[in-house]
Amino acid sequence: MNTDCLTIKNQDMKNQYKALKYRSLVLLAAFFLIASVIAVIALCVGASSISVTDSILALIEDNGMARSIVWNLRLPRVIMALLIGIGLGTSGAVFQAVLRNPLASPFTLGIGSSAGFGAVIAIVFFNGLVNEYAVVIWAFIFTLLSSFLILGVSRYKGATAETMILTGIALMFLFSSLSSFLQYLGTKEEVHGIVFWFFGSLSKAGYREIVMSGIMILAPMPFVFRFAFDFNLMTAGDESAGALGVNVSGVRMLSIALASLMTSGAICFTGVIGFIGLVAPHIARMIFGSDNLFLIPASALIGGVLVLSADTLGRTVWLPHVIPIGIVTSFIGVPFFLYLLIKKTKEYW
Amino acid sequence: MLQVGNLSFNYGKTCVLKDINLNVKKGEIISVLGPNGVGKTTLLKCLLGMIKPCSGFIEMDEMDILKMSSTHRARLIGYVPQAFPSKFPMTVFDAVLMGRKPYVRFVPSENDLEVVSQVLMSMNLNHLGLKDFDRISGGQKQKVLIARAIAQEPNYLVLDEPSSNLDVRHQLEVMDMLRKLAQKENIGIIMAMHSLNLASRFSDRIAMLKSGCMVCNGTPLEVMTPKIIETVYKIEANIHRINGYPYTIPLNPMPENRTNKELLN
Repeated sequence: MNTDCLTIKNQDMKNQYKALKYRSLVLLAAFFLIASVIAVIALCVGASSISVTDSILALIEDNGMARSIVWNLRLPRVIMALLIGIGLGTSGAVFQAVLRNPLASPFTLGIGSSAGFGAVIAIVFFNGLVNEYAVVIWAFIFTLLSSFLILGVSRYKGATAETMILTGIALMFLFSSLSSFLQYLGTKEEVHGIVFWFFGSLSKAGYREIVMSGIMILAPMPFVFRFAFDFNLMTAGDESAGALGVNVSGVRMLSIALASLMTSGAICFTGVIGFIGLVAPHIARMIFGSDNLFLIPASALIGGVLVLSADTLGRTVWLPHVIPIGIVTSFIGVPFFLYLLIKKTKEYW
Repeated sequence: MLQVGNLSFNYGKTCVLKDINLNVKKGEIISVLGPNGVGKTTLLKCLLGMIKPCSGFIEMDEMDILKMSSTHRARLIGYVPQAFPSKFPMTVFDAVLMGRKPYVRFVPSENDLEVVSQVLMSMNLNHLGLKDFDRISGGQKQKVLIARAIAQEPNYLVLDEPSSNLDVRHQLEVMDMLRKLAQKENIGIIMAMHSLNLASRFSDRIAMLKSGCMVCNGTPLEVMTPKIIETVYKIEANIHRINGYPYTIPLNPMPENRTNKELLN
């Protein structure tokens, strides 16, 4: 009798836990749906006045002008926005987990400012204002350089969260001041180009860029997800994770490398779109809790939703002007984030 | 049996552990005592394979732990840390589920969830299951960390000062829980301790360390003598026997200038 009672209670606990995870799964599906709906809306709105029905029709049949605008201008932009959001959201979640720090993001590790410095070099020395691929290549080289520096110092000093964060912050200051120095030397046009790059813009997104940044952002995804359970253990301390069989420094170095690659895939083609990498994982954590098995896909989806909505608003609210996406994400993201931070009083965060 | 033979460990040129010999049988609780900085934690880290000893061997059930994969080792020996430094909220169930890591390939299976809920149940923690780990009391946290180690289904358990942050009632509860676990699950427990009286009351054997060397290793009644306490802790103490357990009452610190030789003679 007594054991029967125990078994029932036991089942109950497990089922409650499973119900919690099932709820997370449903919410993930909901966010996927939201992302899809916003994507469709984004395809239908814009500077040229094509009706919503024409825009949707353009996706499936040839209706002239509308088809060209939707397929060549809006669709690549929508895909790129989603990709960038996915890349920044996922890499932010990974950085926060493996560095065990809620302030970590691609930018606290200096990856943003090193990419910026690469872009500045390209603009000032390699005619980057005309040749946009120079900007992409140099930005990419410098994101790799900064992550190699962080990994190198970690190999030498031990791959602790503190070593990595301090190295990253030091690099951030180094690259920012180098950028400022080159801007000081640059011409008026060059400085203008640099400022524009730092705002971030999706206007140059084409299918070739989508393929390249898509590979950099999506290819590391399965590997990152493979480590999700290890990330859970690492947030509870290196020693106990190690005692449970996690190769802590190995997982940390590899994850930082993968997340850096995702970040550079997201920012090299479009400029520094700040904030999403920090805020998407936090919003995800408020809704889904800290279990990385859900937190990582949720951060990706929320990142995608945020970037896409910000870009869509940026190119529609102040016609015929386009507000740079980096500015819109901060304008909308910061108050929204503060609101959530204040309002949330429940269990998680 | 967990066997430690002639174990030595140096940090750089400083000798931290010297010629340690220790056996832990399954079902037995062994406390490692000694003042701060004496090498207790280093010894535990060696047992867990976190650091490699300079010489000597550690065998678990006749297998060299240094030659095991970390996953294999994690299935044999569980670790209960003093603290859980998470900055992110996490449910108690998720915290205990971490203990299944040595058995999880990619994501936890149905069986892993079953084991976790059984462990929570058997330790009377199931009412906490979905609570945030950060919002439960210190005593409950310690129990959850023990539950996590039990979810590893280990043969041995290593604890780093399990009673240090707890009030008196929780100290007794946690120790009692460990005692029962050792017997019921036939787990060999080795723990670093600060409290002499809790160690005497709940351990089968006590090992005393002093500057990296084992001073003595025996039952609480054998080890807890004014002379040994004086040698190891440099204090004057009375020992009283209550219900068959030796209880230490510390009286005064000894003057620093007496040498060890004088004390031992």
